[in-house]
Amino acid sequence: MIKTTAQKIYTALIFIFLYAPIATLIVLSFNASKTRAKWGGFTVKWYAALFDNADIMQALYNTLAIALLSAIFATLIGTVAALSIQGMKKRSRAILISITNIPMLNAEIVTGISLMLLFLTVGARFGFGTILLSHITFNIPYVILSVMPRLKQLNPSVYEAALDLGASPWRAFFKVVFPELLPGVLSGFLMAFTMSLDDFIITHFTKGPGVDTLSTKIYTEVKKGIKPEMYALSTLIFVTVLVLLLLVNKAPRPKEKQTLQGTKKGTAK
Amino acid sequence: MNKSSKKTAVPRTPWPTGRYMAAPYLLWSAAFILIPLAMIFYYGLTDKSGAFTLENVLSIGTPQHAKALLIALLLSLVSTLICLLLAYPLAMILARRGISQHSFIVLLFILPMWMNFLLRTLAWQTLLEKTGVINSVLSFLGLPALNIINTPAAIILGMVYNFLPFMVLPLYNALTKIDGNVVNAAHDLGANGVQTFFRVIFPLSLPGVISGITMVFVPALTTFVISNLLGGSKILLIGNVIEQEFTQASNWHLGSGLSIVLMAFILVNMLLTAIFDKNGEGTSL
Repeated sequence: MIKTTAQKIYTALIFIFLYAPIATLIVLSFNASKTRAKWGGFTVKWYAALFDNADIMQALYNTLAIALLSAIFATLIGTVAALSIQGMKKRSRAILISITNIPMLNAEIVTGISLMLLFLTVGARFGFGTILLSHITFNIPYVILSVMPRLKQLNPSVYEAALDLGASPWRAFFKVVFPELLPGVLSGFLMAFTMSLDDFIITHFTKGPGVDTLSTKIYTEVKKGIKPEMYALSTLIFVTVLVLLLLVNKAPRPKEKQTLQGTKKGTAK
Repeated sequence: MNKSSKKTAVPRTPWPTGRYMAAPYLLWSAAFILIPLAMIFYYGLTDKSGAFTLENVLSIGTPQHAKALLIALLLSLVSTLICLLLAYPLAMILARRGISQHSFIVLLFILPMWMNFLLRTLAWQTLLEKTGVINSVLSFLGLPALNIINTPAAIILGMVYNFLPFMVLPLYNALTKIDGNVVNAAHDLGANGVQTFFRVIFPLSLPGVISGITMVFVPALTTFVISNLLGGSKILLIGNVIEQEFTQASNWHLGSGLSIVLMAFILVNMLLTAIFDKNGEGTSL
């Protein structure tokens, strides 16, 4: 009894530690005072001001566009890569998996400056495109590592059975194999989207002047003081995601969703 | 994937996979992973005229750079240790709740990432300030004030805060994989709680421990953001030095040389991971 109470208190303390800054930001988004140091009363004016702030809206657009596009491209390249890695001989397979692990295990600052050097050398114009290419690069491994476990679980006989029953290879692949992989593909996509959205370091080194994502915009605002609209925006994003996740969890579950839940454990980072 | 299945069936895909299928990814990783890495080595090992030199790498020995590296090593080791000590009991508690809540628990740790990481770290300024939230609570309780903002302690707190999930999740995954019968067998054979932990549970969770240590240590060692935001930009870590060489001093050669030193530490860490975690289970969290 004492033991379980102690365990509950310990778990609660850790989650308070993890969520205290989030609570702080939500409170600050309703703070009428412009400085975060003092409480000036309750207001929702920052939420209204947010939509009139063209800079923040542009940064939000860039962030979402890069997250969505990089997640889509990473999912396409990563899924095809996982399929081909699975079919490889042991040696080439090991090499490709090691290459995949490089961006995962290397420091973000090193990945960032290595891409910066590449873009500088080829004379690329720094901006939306360079950020997008970089995000696709660090997102591909998340997709590969999400899809690979599903591929390993796959029973090859079902594909052969489909062929025996007269399906063409493409049809057999899309009707039989792909549905089995889909949960891994989806969780890889979500992971990629989240990682892109939260990235600062790699964007910092590969962005150009005048192009900002929310992260880099916040970083430049740190010294002058963060605009309260930023707290309002991050609160909105957080609450939106929370509501979406609750809806997905509470909704009556079709079969597919259940398998998604089952695989998340192995893949989520 | 376990070892035996690797040996018996080299997984041949039933669908036709020509080599061309790997081509897009191979090209991509050559262009955006391998060549950029090679460029760091090129810049790091040459001077402005393009001649070979070790000067950039060896400049880690200058007092200013050595100090930045040592502080970064010290702070990241301390934060990794704190993360391990905080996360292990938590992972054990969570692992006992059974597999049904698995995705929910993972979600709880990923959810904070949807609020920008810079803002979350900045929020600690508000919490830690002299007249901040934590000190208001402490003084209300009649306790002495906590003055750690702009000190190494605040940087450690920021590191632990940001990277704790990366320690909890691999530990949690490793612990849920342990067969309960093994633990019961240890008890039946007369082991007490402490013996069971050190002889059975901890060794079996080792892949998770190693993976967690890597996932916390590397970002902590190389950060420049956390030290900037919570250290009051007075404390320079090796990450800050490299970042400044690239964004302010525009000395790519020196910055690359120092990055090579940083990569040496990461490499040692990766080798240790490879030795302890042969199945690669830990890295995929």
